[in-house]
Amino acid sequence: MKRKVLLAVLTLLLSIADVVSLVYPQRAGAQESKPGAIEVKVDNFTFNPQTLTVPPNSTVTWTNKDDIPHTIVSQNGLFKSKALDTDQGYSYTFTKAGTYEYFCGLHPKMVGKIVVQ
Amino acid sequence: MRNTKLLEKVAAGFIEHDHNQDGVNRRGFLKCMAWAGTGALCLIEGGVLTSSALGSQMGSTKSHKTSGLSFVQISDSHMGFNKPANPDVISTLKAAVDKINALPEAPEFILHTGDITHLSKPEEFDNVDQILKATNKQIFFVPGEHDVLNDDGATFRERYARNGRGSGWYSFDQKGVHFVALVNVMNLKAGGLGSLGNEQLEWLEDDVKHLKSSTPIVVFAHIPLWSVYPQWGWGTDDSAQALSYLKKFGSVTVLNGHIHQTMQKIEGNVTFHTACSTAFPQPAPGKADGPGPMKVPAEQLRSVLGITDVNYVKGHHSLGIVDSTLV
Repeated sequence: MKRKVLLAVLTLLLSIADVVSLVYPQRAGAQESKPGAIEVKVDNFTFNPQTLTVPPNSTVTWTNKDDIPHTIVSQNGLFKSKALDTDQGYSYTFTKAGTYEYFCGLHPKMVGKIVVQ
Repeated sequence: MRNTKLLEKVAAGFIEHDHNQDGVNRRGFLKCMAWAGTGALCLIEGGVLTSSALGSQMGSTKSHKTSGLSFVQISDSHMGFNKPANPDVISTLKAAVDKINALPEAPEFILHTGDITHLSKPEEFDNVDQILKATNKQIFFVPGEHDVLNDDGATFRERYARNGRGSGWYSFDQKGVHFVALVNVMNLKAGGLGSLGNEQLEWLEDDVKHLKSSTPIVVFAHIPLWSVYPQWGWGTDDSAQALSYLKKFGSVTVLNGHIHQTMQKIEGNVTFHTACSTAFPQPAPGKADGPGPMKVPAEQLRSVLGITDVNYVKGHHSLGIVDSTLV
């Protein structure tokens, strides 16, 4: 008798969990559905992707994969990284919507854009 | 020595069209400079191109030993760089020092046209200073973009340009030659090239205003002051204005670095020259995706790095510029 009750309770709990995950898919699978890092790869004297579109409050991370240092400098003075050697990175969180153009302070022909919308 | 006869024949063939009647023409000069890379010495004396194999000047009676000026340009030592293009920039800089110390005519001083360090770190500057001490010569520096990271060039200025103005420009005179050190790696604008800026341009105009037009001028700056390859940032946005202040002078030599290969161009009275790096080579314009370090087989590395020997003979029109590799 006890075993049957236990089994029934267990089944009930499991089905509740199923229902919950059906009704609230985000919540139930919160860990798994976290978005990946928003990245710009710096390599071969280019920013990749050159134009990146992100929602507000996104943190963009630039990673230098080139064999020469680069810097990330916003054109309107909003952000400026230290010199990034190979495999070093820099992150900035964009809170407000807008277009943020930037370039490499060492190699100013390298230009990129973050569009926040 | 065995090549001297051949070189004399070749030198005789260099003067093709003597337009200015000074015994030198652009194409001939450029050809001669190509020979220089293999260890030949091209000298312009009295407007006449002569050449001989390097090493055969020992005991020579060439007039450049007397009332003249001899100095060396080195560039782009990138102390701190340690990637495959050259994992040991200390050794190659030391090889450059050995080369300088072995020159048949000792230079009076040395010009370093920037990118002294790779990441503007104090220990990187210290290393270069330590290694260059072995030349026993005074060294005049201009910064490259790698020397002014993180502190807007404060470290560079404190070490090498205490008496400089603005971001570290200055001038000095040696044996009647006027030297101008310019800084074109500060306040770079997105999508732009090198930049001198209005304050520096105004200073330059004033600095040379009262000099006699017969005064030989040597300008040195890191990024080329002529348009080598704008797509890779190899040029300076406002260099034309700087050069306009030097129009009156009969002899102007512009020495630059940044591109890690030798290149030469003559425009009227102005000779432009870029030096090799002592650290790593870079590709020729457009010959690669980007202007980054160019990897070559280890045994070839020293043949694409080098120094530049510059000789001025009093009363003569152009300076003799000789590039030689570290091999």
